[in-house]
Amino acid sequence: MTIEILPGAPLRSRRAEVWSAVLANRLALGGLAVLAVLALAAVVGPSVAPFGANEQAILDRFEGPSWRHWFGTDDLGRDVFSRVLIAARGSLQVGVISVGIALGLGVPIGMVAGYYGGIAGSALMRLMDIVFSFPAILLAIAIVAVRGPGLTNAMIAIGIVYMPIFARIARGSVIAVRSEVYVRAARSIGATDGRILRRHVLPNIVAPIIVQTSLSLAFAILSEAALSFLGLGVQPPQPSWGRMLADGRGFIRQAPWLGIFPGLAILGTVMSFNLVGDGLRDALDPRQKSVIESRGQEIA
Amino acid sequence: MAVAMLGVATAVFTLVHLIPGDPVRKSLGTRFNQELYDAKRAEAGLDRPLAEQFVRWLGGAVRGDLGVSFRSDRAVTGLVLERLPATLSLAGGALALALVIAVPIGVLSAVRSGSKLDYAATTASQVGVSVPDFWAGIMYILLFALTLGWLPPSGYTSPFEDPVDWLRHLALPALTVGLVSGSILTRFVRSAVLEALNQDYVRTATAKGLSRWQIVLRHVLPNAAIPIVTVVGLQLGFLLGGVVVVEVIFAWPGIGRLALTAVQDRDYTVLQGSVLYLALTFLVVNLLVDIAYAVLDPRASLR
Repeated sequence: MTIEILPGAPLRSRRAEVWSAVLANRLALGGLAVLAVLALAAVVGPSVAPFGANEQAILDRFEGPSWRHWFGTDDLGRDVFSRVLIAARGSLQVGVISVGIALGLGVPIGMVAGYYGGIAGSALMRLMDIVFSFPAILLAIAIVAVRGPGLTNAMIAIGIVYMPIFARIARGSVIAVRSEVYVRAARSIGATDGRILRRHVLPNIVAPIIVQTSLSLAFAILSEAALSFLGLGVQPPQPSWGRMLADGRGFIRQAPWLGIFPGLAILGTVMSFNLVGDGLRDALDPRQKSVIESRGQEIA
Repeated sequence: MAVAMLGVATAVFTLVHLIPGDPVRKSLGTRFNQELYDAKRAEAGLDRPLAEQFVRWLGGAVRGDLGVSFRSDRAVTGLVLERLPATLSLAGGALALALVIAVPIGVLSAVRSGSKLDYAATTASQVGVSVPDFWAGIMYILLFALTLGWLPPSGYTSPFEDPVDWLRHLALPALTVGLVSGSILTRFVRSAVLEALNQDYVRTATAKGLSRWQIVLRHVLPNAAIPIVTVVGLQLGFLLGGVVVVEVIFAWPGIGRLALTAVQDRDYTVLQGSVLYLALTFLVVNLLVDIAYAVLDPRASLR
């Protein structure tokens, strides 16, 4: 997604400004660094992991953390570090694609509702409110029940759950800009509504959407972990952090590392997205609420 | 409100009927024979057109009759009501804990904004909001139940049977959910109080010689209460239905877990009933928040 600025405004300087503001924020920078490592793990994880995700060494089962097995081994003697590393791909994949779905559905709905208003606009938003009034995790569970468990369906479910938030943000932002001079000017020279929405409205409402994207990535990863924990998300043999927690739960007394490390991976990822989201907000849209405040609304 | 309720009911019914799998066949299991199957389907009204099923179900729901479970042959309303004390205990306990944490820390953090305490509180709430609650729950079980042996790792006792045991069972799940909610609320309380502190009436109160804490208690908190109540309402809505995974971990017999089991068993009526209950609770809590606005802010009722 790019930030487009009205003709005449120096494009590069604005983008550079945002970047330097984000990079000056030490917490956001830390978050970005963790995310960079995770992205790397997602790409090269399977080839650099010391062991295969499902490589069993039954004689080495329940070994505590050591030089050979950094995060210990599980009940089947699989290396927990390798599994945590390899699972990064699935988690990031679900996060990115599900938020992509939420963006792709929510933003157009919100833009149309905000731009045209009227009965159709409010009907669309009422529909979003109905989706919003279901407890997020239960809605995701019900959607997965309809479509069957698995990675793809978890992404669709999480995407639908987070769609109304993007619709609301887009609608609010469109209402704020729809009577601006440049929109009226575009209309007066005969631009179609579609063109006005794409070329003139969207670039001007993109800031809050970018911020929300980062924050939603955090919640999408939490939701995926919860679904996988319940056995409804990523399916074996592909490892996932949520599933590892669920499997390790039964052995938590004899092998606490089975619960500790996958959880720390989720915590680190979610926190990094939150920190980057907060940093982006400070740089792009200081009036918007912080990550925690937006979660207060989102989570319900 | 009525339109929203109808919308929610329609969405619940549609969603549940989209779930593949035959609840009657599933409930019969090895006892399956065609005659019994047809009789059961007719009894449940599943042989009727979908629109008729919906109207019947909605008509019943309005009168408090949510149908009969395919699995247990028991009235769904009864099943939901049976789970209500556990759900309310957990939501109430977690919210109480969240408020006990959030209000003092949030206020202090705003009044001493920029201090070390503020920094520590902000960092802690950032961590709190990023922790997966189900992971935190497992860690608490490991520490407080399995290692230290202070509290039971799971289960539920009715408060009417043994209040002390109820509290002991409630402690860990409430801590798990309450700390996350508390982290969210702390940040809200902080920003609401900070905003109120920058208002003209605070300057006036300072000018006439009131102490810092008098100002906070008499002028700032009543004004900060409105945004805080909104979030408390949203949190309550979430606590009443969104803690399914925590309920699973602590074997807590709440309504969220009832819905989850119903999904697994393809028990349409139970799923419809419990999800409808949860979505309606959310709408009712929102309505209560709106009413609270009018009480807290006399301007709201004039609008």
